[in-house]
Amino acid sequence: MKLSDLTSRAGEWLRGNGPMSEIVISSRIRLARNLAGHPFLGRASRTQRNALVKQISSVLLDNPVAPNSFYVNLDDAPEIDRNLLVERHLISKQHATSEGARGVCVSGDETVSIMVNEEDHLRIQVLRSGLQLDEAWAQINSIDDALEAKLNFAFHPRFGYLTACPTNVGTGIRVSVMLHLPALKMTGEIEKVFRAAKDMKLAVRGLYGEGTEATGDFFQVSNQTTLGKSEEDLISDFRHVVIPKIIDYEHHARKTLLNDRTTALDDKVCRALGVLRSARLMASEETLFLLSHLRMGVNLGRVKDVDIPTINELFLLTQPAHLQKLQGRKLEGDVRRAARAEFIRTRLNGN
Amino acid sequence: MKCDNCNKQATVHLTEIRSGKKIEKHLCEQCAAASEGVPMKQHTPINELLTNFVMAHSGLQKEMGTTCEHCGITWAEFRQHGLFGCEHDYDLFEKDLTPLLQRAHEAATHHTGKVPTRAGASTPGVPKKRKTIDMAKLKKELQRAIENEDYERAAQLRDAIKEAEQQ
Repeated sequence: MKLSDLTSRAGEWLRGNGPMSEIVISSRIRLARNLAGHPFLGRASRTQRNALVKQISSVLLDNPVAPNSFYVNLDDAPEIDRNLLVERHLISKQHATSEGARGVCVSGDETVSIMVNEEDHLRIQVLRSGLQLDEAWAQINSIDDALEAKLNFAFHPRFGYLTACPTNVGTGIRVSVMLHLPALKMTGEIEKVFRAAKDMKLAVRGLYGEGTEATGDFFQVSNQTTLGKSEEDLISDFRHVVIPKIIDYEHHARKTLLNDRTTALDDKVCRALGVLRSARLMASEETLFLLSHLRMGVNLGRVKDVDIPTINELFLLTQPAHLQKLQGRKLEGDVRRAARAEFIRTRLNGN
Repeated sequence: MKCDNCNKQATVHLTEIRSGKKIEKHLCEQCAAASEGVPMKQHTPINELLTNFVMAHSGLQKEMGTTCEHCGITWAEFRQHGLFGCEHDYDLFEKDLTPLLQRAHEAATHHTGKVPTRAGASTPGVPKKRKTIDMAKLKKELQRAIENEDYERAAQLRDAIKEAEQQ
């Protein structure tokens, strides 16, 4: 398996058939790990960085933790490939743009990705569609066990797993749930989510996690505390307290829209579909908003002739790197916007 | 105004209430320091004052001299970038790190959760994985029992925790 095989299809997490998928897009868990006896990356020399990549990548390749895994050496990967991996949520923006020996190991179904030499020596990630935190934890925990058998992770009796940044020390875990909350946005109640998250010491971010703003209708809720709370307790809080509460808010807002503001709701949904089916130039941000409204319309039964997998695929494939990869050439400005509009028209009118 | 004690210029003015009677004293710096114990300092240039203030509040002065023998990082360098240079820094800067950790992690100072098999088997003082998780659960239950004012249950849990800690 190789990177170019990914371009034209959607990963597991975008299948859109996980539990609660009308609101929960994906569940993600990542673990930060470092090798004992090696400096953290901020203080590692070129030679030390290279040695880390060599040691870790050979363990990952010799003992595949997931079927059809492949390794991408990011140091000499073209920019478009690195951006493609960011758009698929397989690497961070930071990992795409930083310098020096680094890479990523991705499983064939894209549920597992292991970044090598990001902020920590290893950043293990499991990404699944819908609300599947228990499944994601079971999977990442066994991957961590398998790697631990081959690599000696830096661990301290008091501080737990040692990380370059003390904000990750302890469990080194970050649990993130990506939510689609268009009704709360439309009814102006999204602040409720921010408040609830703040009370629980959780962060709310945008589509691409750290450093991205929570704009549009997609929100990523993730933990900040990694010390003094076990993985199981943290996940249980997400599963039983935080996420059900937000889902409840969104359900309630959707019901209000359906019952009291039907015309306004239909107007928004039909305008989105109209523009997506007819426009000749589409910018990526506008696409995101319109697809979000359309997705809500389909989930609420206001649009019958488009399905969720098609919309999810459009979210992914209309992003700049994907679009250019599919067209097989570099596209800029209006040419790119025209290609995007055409791609969307073809997909939505062919349904 | 002249100093009450000598002929120098009075720059320190004290007002004292003693058994309901107001006593005013006007002294020069030297006499104030000698008779009233008022600490007098040479005038400090404003830039020095500011530098001291900033240093004291940013933690730059702490551990100024300590450099990690493994990675060469100092506390000041860590504070600049927020990243440690190696695993040994956690022990080296433990004292200064603790308040930062408490701020970042809801007052926690100790790890609870997964322990690598390797560490669980060989590091002294590290509880086994299963036990760590059970402790966290017990403590949480205790908290809940207290909140619900179920003191009988709370007492049982407290004993269970004590017992587990002694093992």
